[in-house]
Amino acid sequence: MTAAVHREESFIGKWIFSRDHKVIGLQYMFTSLVFLLIGFSLILLIRWQLAYPGRPIPFIGDLLPDSLAPGGIMMPDFYNSLGAMHGTIMIFLGIVPLGVGAFGNYFLPLQIGAKDMAFPTLNMSSYWVYFVGGVLMLSSFVLPGGAARAGWTSYVPLSVISSGQTTWLLAMTFLITSSLLGAINFIVTTLNLRAPGLTWSRLPLFVWAQFVTGLILLFAFPVLQAGAVLQLLDRVAQTSFYMPQGLIISGELSQRGGGGNALLWQHLFWFLAHPEVYVLLLPPMGIVAEILANGTRKPIFGYKEVAGSFCFIAVLSFMVWAHHMFVSGLKTSLSYLFMTTTMTISIPSIAILTCYLLSLRNASIRYTVPMLFTLAFLPMFGIGGLTGLPLGFTPTDVYLHDTYYVIGHFHYVVVTGTLIALFGGIYYWFPKMFGRSMNMFWGKVHFWGTIVLMNLIFFPMFIQGLAGVQRRLYDPTVQLHNLTVQPTNVLMSYASWGLLLFQVPFIVNFFWSIFKGARSEENPWQATTLEWACPSPPLPHVNFEKVPTVHRGPYEYSVPGREADFWPQNEEN
Amino acid sequence: MNDTRVLDTSTGIPNGKLGMWVFLASEVMLFGGFISSYVILRTGSPYFSIPPREMLGVPLATLNTFVLITSSVTMVLALDAVQKGSVKGLVRYLSATLFLAFCFLGIKAYEYHHKWLEGITLTSGLFGSFYYTLTALHALHVIGGIVFISYLLAMALKGRYDSREHARVEYAGLYWHFVDLVWVVLFPIFYLL
Repeated sequence: MTAAVHREESFIGKWIFSRDHKVIGLQYMFTSLVFLLIGFSLILLIRWQLAYPGRPIPFIGDLLPDSLAPGGIMMPDFYNSLGAMHGTIMIFLGIVPLGVGAFGNYFLPLQIGAKDMAFPTLNMSSYWVYFVGGVLMLSSFVLPGGAARAGWTSYVPLSVISSGQTTWLLAMTFLITSSLLGAINFIVTTLNLRAPGLTWSRLPLFVWAQFVTGLILLFAFPVLQAGAVLQLLDRVAQTSFYMPQGLIISGELSQRGGGGNALLWQHLFWFLAHPEVYVLLLPPMGIVAEILANGTRKPIFGYKEVAGSFCFIAVLSFMVWAHHMFVSGLKTSLSYLFMTTTMTISIPSIAILTCYLLSLRNASIRYTVPMLFTLAFLPMFGIGGLTGLPLGFTPTDVYLHDTYYVIGHFHYVVVTGTLIALFGGIYYWFPKMFGRSMNMFWGKVHFWGTIVLMNLIFFPMFIQGLAGVQRRLYDPTVQLHNLTVQPTNVLMSYASWGLLLFQVPFIVNFFWSIFKGARSEENPWQATTLEWACPSPPLPHVNFEKVPTVHRGPYEYSVPGREADFWPQNEEN
Repeated sequence: MNDTRVLDTSTGIPNGKLGMWVFLASEVMLFGGFISSYVILRTGSPYFSIPPREMLGVPLATLNTFVLITSSVTMVLALDAVQKGSVKGLVRYLSATLFLAFCFLGIKAYEYHHKWLEGITLTSGLFGSFYYTLTALHALHVIGGIVFISYLLAMALKGRYDSREHARVEYAGLYWHFVDLVWVVLFPIFYLL
């Protein structure tokens, strides 16, 4: 993808196997955006099935092979594959690589005034391992056995006995390795390569967020790797780590040794996957802090509280995993424990949101496109977070857990929250990356279309969930009580197709602006952090003409007695 | 690992050393995931049967533990030698470490063979499944260490290391001691308890 974009100046060392963190960041950005589009397209097919179950898919239905959709009608197995792959692609190949791989790689070294990451070669391998894993994951659709169909959570024993899962596990091994290499790099870079004067209390919140994210990735992913190895052995070597005694599959007694425990997988998986939610969330929270301070022309309210909350979240995120398992027959005493930790982790999240909201107080806000996305993030993430509370209490969770309510909650956090903030980040840092700015009119079109349609897709999910519509249903109309809310499915589907349409202005604007956008100066947003003190785009391999020295905190906006309303970190006085 | 900026890092610790520690932290979580799974099923599954101790070959495993611990000692001696400027000593002790590492793998292979014939296989029960999975993962780490140390040995023979320039010997040492430590945990939980 990257090669195609830069074809006219392409030579392998500069654009393909580059060790420059900026090129690697861009590679991550292009690749993850493509994966986001692919993952989104998969769910659009599902949306057709949910709105008009059993009817042939228009246009695309004829292109699909008969094994997946005979006569254009989606088969249940194909539906399951689409669901599993949508989740996997969006999380592991889309959002995390965009939030961490792309933004972290590009801007973490710039914001701390470093020439590059601590281990540039490791950084390059991290991208390529991710790329291979992503291609492998995607190619599983055409490999024998098809794509994984046991959900992105890959619950056993279903995942052990259903086809396509081996490819999923192998691809995940690549992605886990890639995250690990990246995490080591981020942590060491932040610890070791800060510019003179850049103390911990002067670090931009974006750097804090990336650093904490690195720590979460470092400690959480190896546990999933362990779980995945055990699952792989259950599949290919007929072991029984997860396979219980006397398991009956399709009416026949399983011939395995047995004795394993299916819930062990859920524990290992969620031990990764709950911290993973904060991997999805912290980088956008960092981006929001940067744009918010810049757009309000004020320091972030409670800088120390926000940074402290990031760290607190990271620690607590390892102690809440079993709240995903309240309906698995978890002991009541354990449920109480995890209920308590879950309620506790909402405190730092709400503290961060409150600090951000208070930052808006008495501000003369500049309604730029990145600022619009940031302002939308705050209430949208608020809805996502607050709707999570009933899921943390067992009495309500038992009713809501297997319904669309959970899907709605999760998507409010990760799509209208995380993804919206990441879009804002792209508009905000585009001038730095390419030396040109994106068109602001089309940016606003993209913003309004996206935010309205996203709400039309995800809000009805709460209504459906409360009405008792189960998630993972291939055909919602088979259950009578679902029929009352079936019209919302049609609305959501049209909104989702409209959402695809509203990404066109973004895609065109993005590529058009790389080559034809208005030239931008070094510091177009009049920002204070170090990445704006180097040329746009920064110099290859060294970034800064001269290593900057840091004299003050990251958000010195509107300092009384100064003529300009911003005071860059590297300016002496 | 890239050490060009050793002297001007913010913490004063070289990047490579810090990177190795961070990497080892994640390794702790990897082995931690496996070992806790083992502990949970061993204590929690009513179908977990432990083979009699005679079948496990405790004396041989004890010898193997001794071999691996000795290799950690020779690794420390290698670092000590190069810090004192003795490249000859470095080469000698690295070779000794390599020799001991191969001994460990040899004994391990013999043990595998023996156990398999006695009926403890990957699918004979949860004990066998965990035993082979965890010890094989550990053996893979030993092989990784062998590759790393062989590289050091080749570089030492080329005269790349002296009393000032030997950071990688230290990093390899950190890694090797970790691999050793993992075995010290695996040995009691599989053979003694």
